[in-house]
Amino acid sequence: MSMNLEREKAPLPIVDLAPVKSSMLTKILYGGMVVSMLAAFYFIFMYAEVEKTMGAVQKIFYMHVPSAWVAFLAFFVTFVFSILFLIKRKRVYDTYAYVSAEIGVVFTAIVLTTGPIWAKSSWNTWWAWEPRLTTTLILFFLFMAYLMVRQMDGVWDKKARLAAVFGIIGFADVPIVFFAIRWWQSKFHPIVFGDGPSQEGGGIAPSMLVALLVTIAAFTFLYAYILHKGVSFENMKIKVGHYKEKLREKLEN
Amino acid sequence: MLRAALTIAKKDIYSELRTKQVLGTMIIFAGLVILVLSFAFDPANNTTKAVIPGAVWIIIVFSGILGLNRSLVSEQRNETMHGLMVAPMDASSIYLGKFMANFSMILIVEIVSIPFLFLLFDFKITGSILYFILVLFVGSFGFIAIGTFLAALASNSKSSEMLLPLLLFPMTSPVLIGVTQATKIILTNMEKLSTALSWMQLVAAYDVIFFVLCFLLIEYVLEV
Amino acid sequence: MIEIKKLTKQADNKLILRGIDLSITQGETVAILGQNGAGKSTLLKVLATLIKPTSGLVKINGLDLKKDHIEVKKMFGYLPHSSLLYDHNTPLENLVFFGNLYGVKDVENRARKLVNDVGLSFFINEPVKNFSRGMIQRIAIARAIIHEPKIMLLDEPHTGLDQGAITILNNVVLSMKEKGCTTLMVTHDFKQAAAICDRIIIVKNGKIADDFKINSQSLSLVSEKYQVLVEGGS
Repeated sequence: MSMNLEREKAPLPIVDLAPVKSSMLTKILYGGMVVSMLAAFYFIFMYAEVEKTMGAVQKIFYMHVPSAWVAFLAFFVTFVFSILFLIKRKRVYDTYAYVSAEIGVVFTAIVLTTGPIWAKSSWNTWWAWEPRLTTTLILFFLFMAYLMVRQMDGVWDKKARLAAVFGIIGFADVPIVFFAIRWWQSKFHPIVFGDGPSQEGGGIAPSMLVALLVTIAAFTFLYAYILHKGVSFENMKIKVGHYKEKLREKLEN
Repeated sequence: MLRAALTIAKKDIYSELRTKQVLGTMIIFAGLVILVLSFAFDPANNTTKAVIPGAVWIIIVFSGILGLNRSLVSEQRNETMHGLMVAPMDASSIYLGKFMANFSMILIVEIVSIPFLFLLFDFKITGSILYFILVLFVGSFGFIAIGTFLAALASNSKSSEMLLPLLLFPMTSPVLIGVTQATKIILTNMEKLSTALSWMQLVAAYDVIFFVLCFLLIEYVLEV
Repeated sequence: MIEIKKLTKQADNKLILRGIDLSITQGETVAILGQNGAGKSTLLKVLATLIKPTSGLVKINGLDLKKDHIEVKKMFGYLPHSSLLYDHNTPLENLVFFGNLYGVKDVENRARKLVNDVGLSFFINEPVKNFSRGMIQRIAIARAIIHEPKIMLLDEPHTGLDQGAITILNNVVLSMKEKGCTTLMVTHDFKQAAAICDRIIIVKNGKIADDFKINSQSLSLVSEKYQVLVEGGS
C-alpha cells in the first residue's frame, strides 16, 4: 500500500485553469437583459403616467405582472424539458427543467408578495381568493413539490425521472386549476389586455401598456439569462462530481 | 391486462380484509376527524350546517391519504413490488390494480363514515341522495386515481408519508374545488342543480385526463 | 438463448457495467462470480427487466428485452435476495397469486405440489411472517418456478440457508436443467457453484474478466482462477 502511495504521488494532471471564455449566447443574454432592464426602468418611472386613484403604488404592477408571466413560462419550460428528458434521457434536459423550476419558485414568490401589496391599495384587502392569485399560489406549491421530488435521496437518474413525471402532470394540472378557480369565484381582477366589458376599471392607458410590455420583455431576458447561468453552474457541479469520482477510482485501484 | 389488475386488486382487498389494518385505521381516523370538526364547529349551532358538505370531503381526503400511502409502501416489504414488476404484465396493470383496491377501500370508508357524520351533526339532506352518491363517486375516482399515482411516485422516498400530501393536495385542488361546490348545492340547494352538474362535468373531465396521463406515465415511475 | 451485446449501465456518474458481451445457450447452468460491487447483481437485474440498461442490446430467444417484455418476462424465474412474498399471506396464497399473474393453469394444484416438493406441506396454511429464513427461501424458490420458467435468474441463492434448503435448491436447479432450463446464478459460494454449474463467468469492474467451462465439479480450478483474477490483481 505504501508503495502505491509513492506511485500515486505523480502530480495530478494539470487542469487548464485559464478563464473560460463566455460564449456568445451568454453575452447576448447579458446585454439584452441589461439594456431591456434599464429601458424598463425608464418606461416604468418616467414614461408611464401615474395611476389616478392608486398613485405611485400602482408601479408595483410592473413587477407583479411580468413576474407572473415568468413564473408560468418557467413552469412551461420545466414541462417541455421534462418530456424531453423522459424521451431522450439526457442529463442536460433534467438540469434545464430543474433550474427553470428553481427560478419559477423565486418568481412565484415575487408574485405572491407583490400581489398583496398591490391588492391592499387597490382592493383594500391583503389577499383575495381570486383565480389568478390562487392559481399562482397553487403553482407555487406545485413548484415546491417538484423540488421536493427532485431532492429525494437516491441516484440522480431516478430523481430526474420522477421529477420529470411530476413536472408533466403538474403542468397539465395548472390550466384546470385556473378554470376551476375562475369558475369558483371571479370578482376582483381587472382584465388588462383587450376590452374588459364586464369588469369595471378594466383597460389600461396606452403608456402603461407600453411600459408593461417593455418590462415583460426585460423579465423574459432576465429569466433566460438566469436559466442559462444556472444550467452552466449545475453542469459545473456535475463535472466536479465526475472528476471526484474519477479520482476516487484512481485511488482505489 | 385487466385480469392481472384484478388479481392484484383482489390480493390487496383480500389481505386487507384479513388484517383490517389499513381499513380500520382509516375508519377510526375518519371518526376522529368528525370529532375534531365538532370541536371546531359547534354542532348545536345552525350555521354549522353550511360546513357539512365541505366536511364530507375533509374526511375523505384525510383518511384517503392514509390508505394511499400504505398501499404502495406495503409493497416494499420483501420487495414484493419487484415481484410484480418482473411478472409478465405492463406497469399500467399494477397501477390499475392498486387503483381498484384503493378505490374500493375509500368507498367502504365513505359508506361507514358519512352517514355517521350526518347523524352526529343532525344533518338533514334536502337535496338528492342519488346525485350525492354520484358526486362522491366522481370525486373519489379522481382523488384516488391521481393519489395512487403520486403514492407510487412518493414511495421511492424514505419519507413518503410526508411527501405524499405535499404532492397530492396541490394536484387535486381542481377536484376538491369542484366536488365541494357540487356537494354543497346537491345537499342543500337543489334549485341550482345545473351548476352542480357542470361542476361534476369539470371533475369528470379532470378524472379522464389524469387517469389517462397516469396510465401513460406510470411506466416511468415504476422503474428501479 | 440469451444474447447480450455491449451492455452498459450507468448510475450516478458511475459505470456499473462497462460493455458486457455474453451469449448463453439453452440448458447451461452459469455461475457469475465476482467481488461486491463488480456489477453482478446489476447484470441480473437488467436481465430481469428491473433495471433499464443505459445502452446495449439484450435478446432472449430472439425476442428483444424491451419490446417484447411481456413474452420475455414469462420465461424468467427470478429469485433475488428478498423473498418477494407477502408476509400476511400463506405460502399457498402467495404461490396462487403469483401463479395467476403468470397465467398458470390449474394454479392451486401446482402450488400445492410445489409446497410439497420443498417440504413445507405442513405449513401450507401458516402466514409467511412466522417462518424462518430457510423456510422463506424454500417458498421463494417455489415462487420463482411456479410458471415453469425457461430461464432462472438466481441472486445469491445459497446465502443464509441450512443444508436441507441448499439440497432442495440444488435439486431444483438440476431437475430444471434436465427439462432444458437455463440458469444464471450470482453467487459467492464457490463450492455450490462448482457443484451445480457447468460454466463460470467472473465479473470484475463491470466487465467479464473470465469465462470458462468446468466439469467434474473442480472446485480448485474455480478458486484458483478467481484468486488470480480478482484477488491476485491488487
